[in-house]
This record gives sequence, C-alpha cells and structure tokens, in this order.
Amino acid sequence: MKRNPQRTQKIAFFFLLLATLLIIVPVGLIIVIIIQKGLPAINWQFLTDMPRQGMRAGGIFPAIVGTVYLVLGAISFALPIGLLAAVYLSEYARANILTRLIKLSIVNLAGVPSVVYGLFGLALFVVFFKFGASILSGSLTLGLMILPIIITSSVEALESVPQSFREVSLSLGASKWQTIRNIVLPNAVPGIITGTILGVGRAAGETAPILFTVAAFYLPQLPSSIFDQAMALPYHLYVISTQVPNVDEKIRYGTALVLLFMVLSVNLVAVIIRYKFRKLKKW
Amino acid sequence: MRKIKEFVIEKLILICGLASIFFVILIFIFLAKEGIAVFKSVSPFNFLFGKSWYPISEPPQLGILPLILGSLLVTLGAAVISVPIGIACAVYIAEIAPQKVKEILKSGIELLAAIPSVVLGFIGMVTLVPWVKSIFHLPTGLTALSGSIMLAFMAMPTIVSIAEDALYSVPKNYKEGALALGATHWQTIYRVLLPAASSGIVAAVMLGIGRVIGETMAVMMITGNSAIIPHTILQPVRTLTATIAAEMGEVVVGSEHYFALFAIGIVLFVISFAINVTADLFLHKRR
Repeated sequence: MKRNPQRTQKIAFFFLLLATLLIIVPVGLIIVIIIQKGLPAINWQFLTDMPRQGMRAGGIFPAIVGTVYLVLGAISFALPIGLLAAVYLSEYARANILTRLIKLSIVNLAGVPSVVYGLFGLALFVVFFKFGASILSGSLTLGLMILPIIITSSVEALESVPQSFREVSLSLGASKWQTIRNIVLPNAVPGIITGTILGVGRAAGETAPILFTVAAFYLPQLPSSIFDQAMALPYHLYVISTQVPNVDEKIRYGTALVLLFMVLSVNLVAVIIRYKFRKLKKW
Repeated sequence: MRKIKEFVIEKLILICGLASIFFVILIFIFLAKEGIAVFKSVSPFNFLFGKSWYPISEPPQLGILPLILGSLLVTLGAAVISVPIGIACAVYIAEIAPQKVKEILKSGIELLAAIPSVVLGFIGMVTLVPWVKSIFHLPTGLTALSGSIMLAFMAMPTIVSIAEDALYSVPKNYKEGALALGATHWQTIYRVLLPAASSGIVAAVMLGIGRVIGETMAVMMITGNSAIIPHTILQPVRTLTATIAAEMGEVVVGSEHYFALFAIGIVLFVISFAINVTADLFLHKRR
C-alpha cells in the first residue's frame, strides 16, 4: 500500500485530538463529581460551625478562617519583597552574571518541592526562631513558596510598560525612582495584581508546607494570635479523608468543594482582571 | 533629603533583588544543618543504598533505597503517561485547534494546574483507586500505578504550557517554507516544528518531571505508603516526599529519625536543583 500523506495527517490529527481530550475530559469530570457530590453538604451551618464529634459532624469554619489568615500572612510577607525584587530585575539589573544568578535562584525557588519548604519552615521558623507551630511560621513558609510566582509575574508586568513612558518621564527631569513610582508601577498594577492573586490561589491550596509549621489536626476554636496553631482547609481535607475513619462521605466532598471553590474563584478573578486590562491597555 | 530617601529606597530594592539568592542558600544551609547530622550514625553510602527503612526500630535502619525506587517508579510511570499526551496536546493547541477552541482548551489546562494537590489526591482515592483495584484484581488499589496516573495529571499542565510556548516561538517562516515546498500540515509539524522546538520541549518534559518528583500530598494519599522495594507497578510504594510528610509529624526534634528526614530533604533539594538548572539551560538555548 502506498503511503498517503493526507491520510497519515488525518490519523495523526485524530490522535492529537484524542490526547487533548484525555486531559480535558477528566478535568471536567473531576470538577463535576466534586460539585455534584459536595453541593448537598453545603449549607450555612457547614460553613460557619465548629467541627464536632471528632470532625464527623458540624462545620469547617475554623479551617476556612485558618486558611484565610495563612494566605493574608503569606501575601503580606511575599508581596513587598517580591515587588521590589521585580523592580530591581526589570529597572535596575544589568545583563551580567549577578542577574543571571538571581534569575536562576528564582527558577530554583519555584522548583523546590513543597514538602521541602515545609522542612525549611520547620527548621528555621519553628525551631530556630522558636515561633513554634504557629500562623506566623506557616505564613512565612507559604510566603516564601509563592515568592517566585509574584516576582515572575511582576517582572513581566513591569517589562511590558513601554520604554518610551520611562524616557518621557526622565526627560522631564524626574528621577529614576520618581519615574518608577509614578509612571512604571501604576501602569503595571493589573499584571502585579494578577500575579499576586495567582500566588494567593497557590498558597490557599498547598498542604505540605503547612504540615509541620502550623496545621492543627483538630482544633475547634479560632486562633487568637499569630502565635497560635490553626486548622487549614487543605490539611483538614487530608485529615478527614485519610486519618479519621467513618467520616461521612458528604462532609469530605463538601470540604473538597469549598477548597476547590476558594482556589478556583481566586484564579477566576485573576483571569478576569487580566482580560479586562488587556482590553483597556493604552499601548 | 530627597536624595537620601531615594538612596535608601534603591538600596532596599537591591536587597530584595538579591533576596532570591539569599533564600536558596538559606534553604540549603538549614536542610544541611539538620540533615548532615544523620551521617554520624549511618554512612552516606548506606543511607542512599541501604535496603531497609525502619526508622523507629532499635537501632533504627535508615536506608532510603526503597523510597528512592518508589519515587523513581511513580515518576517513570507518570512520565510515560504524561509526556506523549502532554506534547500531543501542546501540538494540538498550538497548531490545529481553531482560535476559540484554543482559548477554551488553554483555560481547561490552567484549571487543572490550579486544582490543589490534596483535592486531586482525594478524587484519586475515591475514584481511581477502586478502579485500579477491581480492574487488576488486587488486594488494594493503593499502588504505584494509581500514583503515576494521578501524578501524570499534575505534570501535564506544565508540559503542555511550556511545550506550547516552545512551538509558538518557532519562527513563522519555517512553517511557511515547509508548506510552500508542498509538505502537508502534519509533515510540517513532524519534520520542521517539533525539531525546531525540541530544546523547549525537553525543558517542558524536565520541568513536568520535576513537578512529579516533588509532589507530596496526592502521592501520600494514593500510593499506599509501604516502604519496601517495589517489584511491579501494581504494588504499594512510598516516595521520598511522602516519607517526610507522613513521618515528620511524629518524630522527636533532634532524634536520628528527624535528621534522616532532613537528609531526604537534601536529596530532594539536590534533585530539583539539578532538574531546574538543566531545564533552564535548555530554555535559554532556544533564545
């Protein structure tokens, strides 16, 4: 049989489509299953009540609050450092070995396994600085983990501000810092917000870094200071699905749904901001 | 006055710029500080190649070979699944899908990347694990295979997005040239675009694999966690990451077991460091 390039192409494209469906369909299924089985568990009481009877009944309120605290803590640590680091890379850094090293470090930070961040947080914050297992230790660990996300997306946002904007400002007599503060940063805000929100989503969903730095197995009360332990949603899901026997399936799916909803809605907001501002862009 | 203020701010910016280097070094120092102590009681060779991991027996046996093999097996399985599918999907998105479908597919991939690993682990537990158990008639579905399949889904977003980027950045005239010479679209993809994008695709695969080796929660929830040297992919295994996550909660700070878990952390750190630096070299070769 003679080889027919048109037919080969048809077959090849069919397999490419098949591969794509093999990824996309399960993603859809995962979301649908969790929504379908988790939705019946969701009610006001589930969201605002303490867990009871060893987490087999009641709600997940302290886990939600704990996750919110951790994320806020992580952002307030990572955003200032990440933003200034991005300003350095996009506005000050020259193309030399030092810059190359910084970029390589960022790539590496992004690649360090999350559980290794957990170990590091344990060794530095919990043991060395004696913060104990606390919201402070957990926030710092998570903050460090999302730092590369914030730096990378902020650099991208700053670099997309046209060079001519800077030149005009400098030629009017503004200093370098004035130019950055009044011209470059305001024009990069949407990109920076997007990156920050993606970091929030990542921090909210991670479990391994908080395992030994903050997460409480079962703590039916709200934390009162940053030196308290706290429950967190992802760890709570892990605990009730593997560590505690006889938890109602509904509670597990409900917890998974709340966590998924938090993370995805945060990501959705980032996508919307990106989309809106791309349309509004003046250049 | 303004000069002083700007001077301070610019120094602050410089310090934050250098922070990433500082943090990488800090992570390494603290892992090493806690981890190296284990080599007082076990030689590095016996640690890496020792065949039994019984950290709480007396005296503890701290050989991480079963854990290394567990990680390797799960990673290899995940790579076999995710690399061909991921690259094929990247080609489809970059070259074949119409504009509107492309946007939808890309959002789908981003969605997958955003799902927390503990949620994927949970879904794996309640769906995949029972399937594996009944399909292969096993006593338990918590196997390396289940872990590989679930991890493949975590590697795919990385592979697809970086490979698609690489394909996209191949100069348009390569493609136009091939098509003008009478090649079909598929011949162009296969003979021109893929080779031209190859270093980016290699980087995509490496970063995807890096993601898999470092993955913790999903692996811990669905691979069965038994620290024995695996013989088939249908056995429970325990990975390096899962060992740290599962055992660190129960160890006494300063015990041999504690040091050993940090030493595993060093191993993971070194692996991810090597993967990321190599992948970065490949990515820069492209430009």
